[in-house]
Parts: sequence; structure tokens; C-alpha cells
Amino acid sequence: MELQVTNSPFTQEQVELLNRLLPQLGEYQKIWLSGYLTAAQGTAVISGLASAPEAAQITSAAPQAAPVSKEVTVLFGSQTGNSHGLAKKLSKKLEEQGFQVSLSSMGDFKSNNLKKVENLFIVVSTHGEGEPPDSAIPFHEFLHSKRAPQLQNLRYSVLALGDTSYEFFCQTGKDFDQRLEELGGTPVVPRVDCDVDFDEPAAEWMNQVLNALNLAEGASSSAGLATGTTGAATSNAESQYSRSNPFRAEILENLNLNGRGSDRETRHIELSLEGSDLQYEPGDSLGIYPENHPRLVDELIEAFGWNAGELVPVGKNGEQQTVREALLRYYEITVLTKPLLTQIAELTGHTGLKELLNAGHEEALRSYINESDLLDLVQDYQLKGVSADKLIPLFRKIPARLYSIASSPNAYPGEVHITVRTVRYETKGRNRYGVCSVQLAERLQSGDELPIYIQHNDNFKLPENPETPIIMIGPGTGVAPFRAFLGEREESGVEGKSWLFYGDQHFSTDFLYQLEWQKWLKDGVLTRMDVAFSRDTDKKVYVQHRMLEKSKELYAWLQEGAAVYVCGDEKKMAHDVHNALLTILEQEGGLSPEAAAEYLTSLQQQKRYQRDVY
Amino acid sequence: MSDNNLLSPNSAPYSDVEDIKIRSNYLRGTLEEVLEDRITASIPEDENRLMKFHGSYMQDDRDLRNERKKQKLEPAYQFMLRVRAPGGVVTPDQWLMMDRISHSYGNGTIRLTTRQSFQIYNVLKWNMKKTIQEVHNSLLTTLAACGDVNRNVMCNPNPDQSEIHAQVYEWACKLSSHLEPQTKAYHEIWLDGEKVLDSKEEQEPIYGHLYLPRKFKIGIAVPPSNDVDVFSQDLGFIAIVEQGKLIGFNVSVGGGMGMTHGDPNTYPQVAKVIGFCTPEQVIDLAEKTVTIQRDYGDRAVRKHARFKYTIDDRGVEWFVEELKNRLGWGLEEARPYHFERNGDRYGWVKGNKGKWHFTLFIQNGRIKDEEDYQLMTGLREIAKIHTGDFRLTANQNLIISDVTTQKKKQIEALVAQYGLTNGKHYSALRRNSMACVSLPTCGLAMAESERYLPSLLDKIEPILETNGLRDDDIVIRMTGCPNGCARPALAEISFIGKGPGKYNLYLGGSFSGNRLNKLYKENIGETEILDSLTPIIKQYAIERNDGEHFGDFVIRAGYVPEVTSGQYFHV
Repeated sequence: MELQVTNSPFTQEQVELLNRLLPQLGEYQKIWLSGYLTAAQGTAVISGLASAPEAAQITSAAPQAAPVSKEVTVLFGSQTGNSHGLAKKLSKKLEEQGFQVSLSSMGDFKSNNLKKVENLFIVVSTHGEGEPPDSAIPFHEFLHSKRAPQLQNLRYSVLALGDTSYEFFCQTGKDFDQRLEELGGTPVVPRVDCDVDFDEPAAEWMNQVLNALNLAEGASSSAGLATGTTGAATSNAESQYSRSNPFRAEILENLNLNGRGSDRETRHIELSLEGSDLQYEPGDSLGIYPENHPRLVDELIEAFGWNAGELVPVGKNGEQQTVREALLRYYEITVLTKPLLTQIAELTGHTGLKELLNAGHEEALRSYINESDLLDLVQDYQLKGVSADKLIPLFRKIPARLYSIASSPNAYPGEVHITVRTVRYETKGRNRYGVCSVQLAERLQSGDELPIYIQHNDNFKLPENPETPIIMIGPGTGVAPFRAFLGEREESGVEGKSWLFYGDQHFSTDFLYQLEWQKWLKDGVLTRMDVAFSRDTDKKVYVQHRMLEKSKELYAWLQEGAAVYVCGDEKKMAHDVHNALLTILEQEGGLSPEAAAEYLTSLQQQKRYQRDVY
Repeated sequence: MSDNNLLSPNSAPYSDVEDIKIRSNYLRGTLEEVLEDRITASIPEDENRLMKFHGSYMQDDRDLRNERKKQKLEPAYQFMLRVRAPGGVVTPDQWLMMDRISHSYGNGTIRLTTRQSFQIYNVLKWNMKKTIQEVHNSLLTTLAACGDVNRNVMCNPNPDQSEIHAQVYEWACKLSSHLEPQTKAYHEIWLDGEKVLDSKEEQEPIYGHLYLPRKFKIGIAVPPSNDVDVFSQDLGFIAIVEQGKLIGFNVSVGGGMGMTHGDPNTYPQVAKVIGFCTPEQVIDLAEKTVTIQRDYGDRAVRKHARFKYTIDDRGVEWFVEELKNRLGWGLEEARPYHFERNGDRYGWVKGNKGKWHFTLFIQNGRIKDEEDYQLMTGLREIAKIHTGDFRLTANQNLIISDVTTQKKKQIEALVAQYGLTNGKHYSALRRNSMACVSLPTCGLAMAESERYLPSLLDKIEPILETNGLRDDDIVIRMTGCPNGCARPALAEISFIGKGPGKYNLYLGGSFSGNRLNKLYKENIGETEILDSLTPIIKQYAIERNDGEHFGDFVIRAGYVPEVTSGQYFHV
């Protein structure tokens, strides 16, 4: 971690001097220095091998330290687990600095307590059209309601996660930031908005937070240094393989689940975790770092007129790779974002591109970004000849793809399974391919390896009480985690009832894992199953229609305490299913629309309504 | 296995199929319930047994079995639906209905069967009700198209003697409806009919609650054509015509094709002519024959349950006596008759009253559209303007029948437009060929049949041409298993599947269908088939007597002995 003017109280000259010195120091020297500096301030003498946290504690005891509470609240709003992971990391760092951290999901946080909080740090992601994660919705609503308290004593900062290829980039983070300030809170560090490659900006934000807190206490800059060292120790304690250090897993099986004649292709992939020590639970996701399609890469190189073998930077540390390697493995080439277009416009001075980015062309820009990739860009704006060396480093790092895990680790020890629908479509006269799904479908076979990591997701977990009935709604590949759920229940011999709603286009070809559900139904692991095949009938039938047909029984299950799980398409299916649940509550429970909505909110708070939607 | 001398099968314990029938409450079983199960496209085997009586049975695409299992998908279960029409006579509207349901619920093809019925394939369980309702609404039925009952009554379509056809066809229809099951189950399950609450009441005056021990087949032939293969029928009627008037029928009993490989107690048999009756006596005679089989047929061993074994085990004299007792009258002596052939004659013929008939060659009875042969579309267009009827022949061909002189031009134009063929450009061998459906849908198939015979003929035809036999009629048939759907035991050359790519080769059936053939080579592949046939064909071309048919020649030349009864088929 380098010191910068932006993340430290030093001048440019001081930063340069320190940056030259600090990397040369050994662990012992750093600790000695931090003690020395503290002692030099005349507060306490640190001798020997005192650890950094101790140093901080001693520092905080200093009479001239600002009267800042040592209590810090870290809240996260997480859909896929990234925010959760970052919030945990921040908490750990804060605890190492001697802060008393209360870490909690927004869904579990009692909003009445907000008034008492003095230091609040929020890590939150944004989904779809600028929407908060499910578990963050009630807190988001509360803050924006009249019931929200005045927060003059609050010091806070927000780390927002998002994706610049979406229009409402980091909207939820922005909402929280703005609202907390409106309510009287003081932003101790500016909000940081992270794109899909969030590791570095998130780490910088954490350092700023730690510095700000420590400075406010009159602590020395040792905090920043200390975090660097303890940070490394932390990741060791957790696991060798992670998002930033993926495990190369061998593919054990790669087959198409769709029968002949189907319009669809869905790959069932089995991967070996042998030797990784990676652990997961049903409901977790698997992250995969894919590679771009070689044909697209070659077309792009040709369109830009680049030399495939030219070396270009691929990392912040001056690492280099050939253009072709860089485009295959390091950079995203299938998605355009506004920031990227802006940078390219600046780099090339292209007037047409600049015009597209000007105010007044928002609609045109949005549709261009939605429909186009880099190859379109180079062709549409005649960018041939732009230097690879300058342009390529502007691209985003290729982001990992997350897939809901389709296996129970107890049913398949040492393995992890996923269910991936192959994405192929045509736009503007050219065939387009899902980066990861088509790589899996066309270019990977048993025996090949794939860089993966486990993404834990606490927001999609089987009920703690094994007797609790579960209702699972998962059309298409949304059924994947329920294969994990039922596998887990079968292995542990759980007695609770279960009900699965599944759907796709055609019964004959698209009934994913059909034989397995049939067996579980026969064995009683799955109590009942309802299916909807939309293209087999004159009128399209979807899962929500089957739910409504069974509204009486479904309501009875809810009244018995059933937990509801929804997995799959966010845009349409999840909304339709949500509305179906509301209708069932109104119809069978005699609830008003408001009461039905409250019922679902309360289910959500009790973790009895969990969604893994995308 | 079965005991050939079993004289009192009723004392042996019934087979499990009898048990299913007993429990079914007149063919209801739990069909309604299992049809509702949306998690599988299959129905349990017991219910499938009952389904047959309703005219359908479950199959799966065997080509896809292993592949789908790997894909974690159940087999591609589907239902074959058989629609029967006595004598294979249907109206243009009924033809259009078949065309429609095959496209909306089936695989877009229709199979004309060797019993003058229709089959459509690939019907999913949840579409069965809608499909059967459409059939019913067009006044056809699937009831009793399969199952242990009297099947579709066959009748010579006889385009060149349409007055005789009208008289004979009338009796075919009467027989058909008289022997139709009376249970209300069909209406309840498929047609939303009211449920019969008291099932104790007598529902099947002829069949009883157990129905027959096995399927039962009736066919009516009009000499000189034996196209219905009257000697393959459990009960056959040979029309006796004097001065253009039907005076009655010779009656034959105890024919049947099915056998089991490796079980010599099972064999194909030709029916025996036992006498003559008048047209008015036909219904009574058929009913009593059916009740004798009902009471004496073997219900313990299904392979031994066909009427032919009842007759052979007890002797035809016993049957004639029993029949006389039940009828209260005896048969007259059989009248002379003569059969010339069992194949079809193709092309236009003029019948009575200035009506025309066009017999169309349909390879293996399959109606479908191919890129270069729009057979199905052509027939649909003809059905739209045709004012006569369609007649399915016993050889899986089709007659566009009762065409007026005015319509003939239009139909000729459509025939030309779609290149529909009278088969003239095919070899006579191909025109006399028949294959059963077999793979991939038939669960019994051991080898290919419909998908293979055409290409085998491609290879036999050059041998015939070399020997100048291209236009000589030779009856050739193939089945994928020994159950005999294409009546292979009566062909001059026939192939019965033993395993993938392997067939038993039989020779020596008669051209008119009154003599069984005999095993010539066992379990051979294509090369050996061609090697075996080549010298025989060559010798036949050189040494045959005037008008001598291939089946007769191979016996005279000593390739196979003559088989005079099914009991000597394996000897």
C-alpha cells in the first residue's frame, strides 16, 4: 500500500520520501519506528517488540487525543457477498486498531439504535436499476422515511459497490451518503464508488477510514502502516485461495443438460476442489475468472490494427503481456462503460465520440452502451491506429462471473457444481457470446482448469431449524442452489417439508436435473414439485401461475413458518413471484395490500424470504 | 415356457396382465390420475397396459435413451396413438383431422398401418386428451385400436368392384361396432363423460371384465385379392360373390403372425377355412367365436394366448363343434375361391358409376413431407377438394377413392404438382415391400426396419435389374422383431430382426399369402443377405417356369421346404 497525497496528511514531497524509505524497512524496523514516533510525541515510550495495536491503544490514551468514541458500527448491504466480505475486512482492521466494532447486515440492524451510533461505516452494493440489495431495503426505506432521526453526532463514510456498465452506477451507496448527510451526519472520508474490480479502491477507502479515525484520536500515521502488515496476516488466517488469489480447479464434468431439439444450452459443470481447502455451503456462489473469445480478440486486434505480440501493461506493478494475452485474459472487451468512453474520447480527441458523451445525448449513449462492445466502437468511430499501449490500460480488468453453486459439499465432497446457461444472441448483424458461458460451452473440457473462488452468501441459507418447511422457486438455472439445498437435506436426513417450483420452455428438453428431482420426490426428500413449461401450451405458463394455482396450500405453508427462496432472473421473474406472493397473502390471508407488503418485509427480516437473483 | 399341450389353461394361475385388467374396473385404473402427473411424461407400466385398450401406448425415443440419461433427463417418453377405421375408409375431413393432430400434437408425420389404421407419434401425455377429443369429434375413435380386444376390422378396399366393396364394407362396420368395448371408461377419461357411479352393473356383455386373453383380429378379403392377408387373421372372411352380389363368406380361423425368438412353442400360423356362412350370420358367428376364445384362451401365458394356439391345442374340429353348440346352427361347406395376390395395384382405375380410384404408393406407409417430396402437403391439398373418400390399404398404401370425372382433372393436377407417385418408377419389389415401424419408437424392436428396408432395397434392386427382374412382383417384408406387424411370415422374402443390423432371412411364402415362409439363414448382416439372395435371384431369372412366383420357385429349387402349417414352421 503506497502513501499518496490523497490518503495521507503529507505533502507530495513528503509522500515521495516516505514511499522511498518505507518499502525498504523490515517488519521490526517499522514497528520500532512507529514506537519511536509515538514516543517522540511525548505520550509514551514503546520499547521492544510492542505490536501495532498496542501502540494504537497507548496512543489513544494520550491526553491530547480528540474525544472520539472507540465504538464503530459497520453495516453492510450485500446481495452476492462482496459487501459482506469487505465489511468483515474493515471490521477486522478496526478491531486490530483497538476499536470496538459492531458488524451487522443492514437487514439485522435495529434502526432504532441508529441515533446512538457515532461512527458508522457502510458498505453497500447496487442492483438492477439502482436498487438496494434485498436485505438493505428496509433500512434504506427507514432512512428515507419521516421516522429517520437527526444524526448531528454521526461521523460516517460509505463504500459503494457497483458496475459502471449500468446506468445507475453505485446508486444505493450514493443514496445512503446523501441521506446521512441530509440528516446531519459528517462524512469523515469521501464516499468511494467501486467498479467491478473493487479490491484496490476498497482498500484505499479502508485506509482512509482508519487514518481518519486515528487522526481524529490524535494517533500517529502508524495506523496506516500497521494495517498493511496486519492485513497480510488476516488473509493468511482465512484461506489461501480467494477472489484475489483464485484456485485453479480441474473440470471433472462438462455436459449439456438440455435435450436434443432445445433452443437452449445449459452446461452442468463439476469442478474439483481437491487440494484447495475451499469450503462452501449450499447457497454460496462460485466465482469464475473467464477468458475472452479468441476469435473476438483477434477481430479486435485486426480492427485496431495492433500488433498481437506488442507488450502492454496488465497490472499496476508494471507487469507486461502481449496485446493478445492481455485481451484474452486480463481486460474486459465485451462491455462498454461511460467512464471508458469518456477516457477514450479524451485520449483520441474523437469529436463524434465526444458528441455522444455530451449532455443531451443520454438516451443515445445509453442505447449505444447497451448494444455495443469494443469491436463495434472501433468500427463505428474509426479508432483504428490508436496505440495499444495507451488504450488497453484504460479497459476494466476482466471481472469474475458468479454462479449459484448447484451442489451440496456433503453430497459431493471435494467438488463444486454449477449450472450455466449459454448466452448467445445476435445484435447489429454479429453473433455475440456470453464470455464465461460460451467459454464453458465451447472451449473447456474435462481435465481443463479454471480459476475459481468461493463467494459466501449469508443471504441465501437453509433455515437453521431443520424442521422448517422450505418453498423454493427457481425457474431455469435458478434451480441450481435448490439442487444444493436438497442434496444437503438428503445427506443430513432432515425431516422438514420442501416444495419446489420450477419452469422453463419445454418439458421434453429443458427440465434441468429432472431425474434427480424425480428421485428426491420418490424418496421424500422433496415433498412436492410444481412445474411450468411456458412453450408447451398455447398460453404461456410461468412459475408464478403455478404458485397462484396452489395459493391455498402455499399460504398454509407460510403460516406453518415456511421459508421462501427465490433464485433466478431478477428483472421479470423475481418481481412476478414477489407479486404472486403478495396476491396469495391478500387472497388467502385476507390482508390489505399494505399488510401483505409488511408481511413479506417481516419475512425478509426473519430470513424467511431470501433471494438470489441476477 | 408355455406348454404346447396345455388343454386347460384356465386352471393355471393368471398372468399379471389379467390381474391388472381385473383391478382396472373396466379399463379405468388410475389413468386419469397418472395423466395429471406433470413431473414425468411417463405413466406406470400397469397403466400403460390399460392405455392400450384406449388406443395408445407409451414409447420412448430409443435413439436418445443413453444420451438423455447422461443429461439427467428421463427417457423421451411419448405416446403412439392409433386411430382405427373399419376397412380403412375415412372422409377427406377425417384425413385433414389426422393431418392436423399430427402437426399440433405429434411429430408431423402419419403412419398408415398394416391394419388400415392411422398412427401418430410423439404425443405428450398432457396432449393426449385434446388429441383424442379431436379424433372423437371427427367421428373416428382410438378405442380398442390396441389391447386384448377385437382390433380394427380389415376389409379389402376393392376400388375396381365398388358395388361389392360397399356390401362387404357394410359388414366390416357392423362387425366393428358390434365387438366394440362397451365400458364408459373411454368417455370418462378422454371425453369428459359423466362418471358411471355403479360400476357393478354389467358393462361388457361380450368381453366380460377380463376382456380377451390377447388381441383378436378380423379381416375380410374379396378374391382374387388377398391384400388383407386373410390367413393371418384370427377370424377371416372370404367374400363369395356370385353375379355381382355378395352371397356370403367362407370362414377361416386361427391365423396369426407373432412368435418369440428361441421359443419353438410360439409360431406364425395360417388360418384354416372351416366353412361358409351367409352375410346375415356373420355378426353372430364373430361374437360366438370371440366368446369361445374368451372362455378357452390361455390367460396364464401371454405368448400362448392368441386364438391360433387355442385352435391348435384343441383341434379345429373341437372349435367347429363348440361354435355350432353356441350358435345353434352349423356352417355350410366352404365355397370355391381363388386368390391371385396379396399386394396392391397402383394408379388410376375406373370403378362403377363412372367413379375413379387412384392408388398411391406410400413407402412403408409413412406420410410426411421431405424437402424433395411433399407427400403430406400434397395429400392435404387433395383432401381439401376431394369429394369421395380415402381408403387405407392393408399394404400401407392409400387409395383416393370415388373421384368424379370432374374432380379427376384437379386431383391429377395436384398429383402431378406434388409428384405423388403410383410407384411406377420403382421396382416391382419395392412396390410389394412392407416394413413395420420398429426403431426408434417401438419398444419391442431388436433391429431397424422402416428406417432400413428402403436402403436395403436400393442394394437388392441392382441385382434384380441385372437379372431382368425389375418389373416382376416379389413380396418382401421386414420387421424389427418377431411379433409380426408387417406380416413377415407370409412374404416371399422376409427379414425378422434379431439384433442391431442382424436379421433372420425367410423364404418361400406364397404370392397370394396362403403359405408361410421358412427360415433360410439365421442372424445375418447386410453383406450376407445380399450374398445369399444374389445366386437365388439369378437362378430364379433363368430357371423359373412360366408365371412361377419367387416364393414357389425357392421351394421347387430346394432352398427351403414348403411349410404347410405353423406347427412345422420351426421344424
